[in-house]
Amino acid sequence: MKTVKLLVGTSKGLFVLRATAARRSWQLEGPHLAGRAIYSVAHDGRGQRQRVWAGAASMHWGAVLVSTDNWGRTWDEPQEANVKFPADTGLALKQIWQIEPGLEDEPDTLYCGVDPAALFRTTDGGKTWEVVRGLLDHPHRERWTPGGGGLCLHTIVRDPENADRMWVAISSAGVYRTADGGRTWTARNKGIRAEFLPDKYPEFGQCVHKVVQHPDRIGRLFAQNHWGLYRSDDAGDSWQDIARGVPSDFGFAMTIHPHEPETVYIIPIKSDQVRVSPEGKLRVYRTRNGGRSWEALTRGLPQRHAYDIVLRDGLTTDSLDPAGVYFGTRNGKLYASNDNGGTWRLAIDGLPSITCVRAVVGDERKPARRKATRRTARR
Amino acid sequence: MTHVVVLIPTPLRPFAGGRSRIQVEVAKEPPSLGDALDSLWGEAPGVRDRVLTEQGEVRPHVNVFVGTECCRWTGGLETPITDGAEIAIFPAISGGR
Repeated sequence: MKTVKLLVGTSKGLFVLRATAARRSWQLEGPHLAGRAIYSVAHDGRGQRQRVWAGAASMHWGAVLVSTDNWGRTWDEPQEANVKFPADTGLALKQIWQIEPGLEDEPDTLYCGVDPAALFRTTDGGKTWEVVRGLLDHPHRERWTPGGGGLCLHTIVRDPENADRMWVAISSAGVYRTADGGRTWTARNKGIRAEFLPDKYPEFGQCVHKVVQHPDRIGRLFAQNHWGLYRSDDAGDSWQDIARGVPSDFGFAMTIHPHEPETVYIIPIKSDQVRVSPEGKLRVYRTRNGGRSWEALTRGLPQRHAYDIVLRDGLTTDSLDPAGVYFGTRNGKLYASNDNGGTWRLAIDGLPSITCVRAVVGDERKPARRKATRRTARR
Repeated sequence: MTHVVVLIPTPLRPFAGGRSRIQVEVAKEPPSLGDALDSLWGEAPGVRDRVLTEQGEVRPHVNVFVGTECCRWTGGLETPITDGAEIAIFPAISGGR
C-alpha cells in the first residue's frame, strides 16, 4: 500500500503527517525535536535506508544535524557538533538551511548548506563533515551580504549525471556553479536584476530565494528571486525573465512537478516591504510551459483576508501521479493538493510557523493482526 | 588543585549522563572559568558544543555564572575562580523566541 509522509519543519519542532495514496486525510505525529527550529529536512532513501535528516537549531544551544531511522521515534544526535567551521575560518555555525543527499552512486555522500554561507560535505554517511573550501575561500565572499534570514546558502542543485557539477544559491550573493566537484565556483547571475542595488545587473550580489531543476532537463533552471522570476536554458550562463502573468514577482517558494519538466509552482508575495499574499488571496501559481504563462490555483484556498507567507522550502511535491503538492505557511497552516494543484484542502491548522516541507512516498505493509489474548484484551 | 561544581541545566543533562551537578578538578594555577570548563568537557564532552561556538566563545544566548556573577561582566572565560566555587550554566532569557 502506497503511503505519503510529509516532513514538516517548524520554528518549534518537526511534525510528520501520514496519509494513504488518496491523500485526503492526514494523521499528525510530533512535535519531534520540540522547541527547536527546523529550517531543513531531507529524506535519504538510498540503498535500504529510510533516514530523515534535520537541521535542528536551538536559540540557546546552537545548530546540529540530527537523524532518525524510524520517522522520529528516536533521534541520533551527536555529542560533538557535526557541522562546524574549522578554527582558522573564524566562523561559527548559525543555521543549517539545506540538506541534500548525494547521487545514487555516492550513497554515503550528503551536502548541507548553512549560515554563514558555506557548503559542507560528508562522504561517510554523516559521521564526519568537511567544509567545501573552494566556496568558503571564494574571492567574492567578502562582498556577500546577508538577507533577512542571514547570509545563508539555502539551495543545492546537483547534476544527476555529473557528480562534479552543481549549483548553489546564496542570499544575497546569487547563484554559483562548480564543474569540478567544488574546487572552483563561478557566479552565474547574468540577466538577473538586482532591484535593490545601483548596478541592476552585477556579476553577483543578487538575492536568489530558490532554484529548481527537473532531473529530465539537466541544465534548465528556474529561479525565484527577491524580486524576479527567471529561467535559464544554459545551466545558469544566462537567465530570462519569466514573470508574465503573476501578481508579484517577489516570493520565496518554488518547486517543480515530479513528472512534467515544464511545470513549476510558486507562491507570490506582495512585496519585500509588505510580505503577505497579494490582495489577501492565498494563491499558488503554476506554469505548465516553462514560464511562458502562469495560472492561479485557488480552489480550496482562502481568497479573502488571507495574509500569509510561504518560505523558500515551504512548498514541495510528492512523486505520485497525479502529483501531490503541499505548502506550509508561517501561520502554521498546511495545505495539500492530490491533483497537481487543481484543488486544495487544509490538511492541518495550528502548527508553529512552518519553515520547510518535504514529501516521502513509500510502501507500507498493513500491520499483521494479532489474535487478542485474554491478557491483551483486558488492557 | 581547585575543586568546583558545575550546575548543568535540564536541556543539557542528556549530554552529561543525566547529571545536574558535576564536580571537576582544575590543575592550572591560577584557575579560570575556562580552565574549569575544559575540565567539564572531559567529563561531559557533549556539553561543550552546546555552550561554546566552534570558535570557543560562549554562545550569545547562554549565560555562565561564577557564583552569582555572569561571566560576561567579569572577564568572560578568563574570570578567576576559587576553590569551592559554583559555576552555573543557564539559557539566557534573550534566546526564548
